[in-house]
Amino acid sequence: MFKQNLQQLVFAMVLGAAATVHAGDTTPTAQLQRFEAAAGRPASADSGRIFFTSTHGSKWTCASCHGESPTKVSKHASTGKAIAPLAPAANPDALTDAARVDKWFRRNCKDVLSRECTAAEKSDVIAFLLALKP
Amino acid sequence: MMRTPSTRSSVSTPSTPSTRSSVSTPSTRSQLNTFILGLLLALGFGVSTAVAGGSKDFQPLVMSEKYRSECASCHLAYPPALLPLASWRRLLGSLDKHYGVDASLEPAEVLEISKWLEPLAGTYKKVREEPQDDRITKAAWFVREHRKIETEVWLRSSIKSAANCAACHTTAEQGNYNDDFVRIPK
Repeated sequence: MFKQNLQQLVFAMVLGAAATVHAGDTTPTAQLQRFEAAAGRPASADSGRIFFTSTHGSKWTCASCHGESPTKVSKHASTGKAIAPLAPAANPDALTDAARVDKWFRRNCKDVLSRECTAAEKSDVIAFLLALKP
Repeated sequence: MMRTPSTRSSVSTPSTPSTRSSVSTPSTRSQLNTFILGLLLALGFGVSTAVAGGSKDFQPLVMSEKYRSECASCHLAYPPALLPLASWRRLLGSLDKHYGVDASLEPAEVLEISKWLEPLAGTYKKVREEPQDDRITKAAWFVREHRKIETEVWLRSSIKSAANCAACHTTAEQGNYNDDFVRIPK
């Protein structure tokens, strides 16, 4: 019982923290369109899924911290900290702050790919996330 | 300096220092439920839990939202008082290489966090020493206070890392590391 309560609490806190901190200034679809426009081609959810779960030569994948199917609360690969779902269908705050989207792509792409991601890669990942159902 | 915990309505007051290693169970379900409700309410209203819940062991009276949103996305919002100033300065000066990950911020954001964090850095005897790699978990006091935790426990998937305070310290998010609230998960 306690464990179940605790899990619910962690989930609520993760969502709550995300909700209180980030005032949305965009929508996930607008972010998809932004990167598609920059890439000059339509995004592919399938390519995004493969990209999301590949190591790209490092020890981590995107999924190491965000989960194979990021519709659930996951755990940071090194610290164990709960991470709110990236899929907009599971987390209404996901991908609703453009500066935050840019910042986390910049940071996390360096961790996984040792470089920044291209606009095409970002659009594919967002297409993958948008296609997920909770 | 560690403050003495004051009485809270929903949870019994811890009266012993945090160096004990015993683990207790929740006294009643209803107390736990009230506590959880309190946490959710505090979050829901966007109130700093430091102010909302009364005195906490280590929680700063004012929590920087920037610190919470930038640093506490990947790990617990570690209490500033648990590292000395020199360690915090090194950490904030090397966020692009932060224990194997890129945690870089805009210079203005680093400055904002520094201004809040530096006056709160630990100055008391226990924390004055700069731990190896500026890791809280390498500090002599941390090692001593966790000496009875077996290696197998640290490695459990429910814990994963000594950096994951909240895995066992159920009230760590509120800055309360008292043993009374420690539950070691299976």
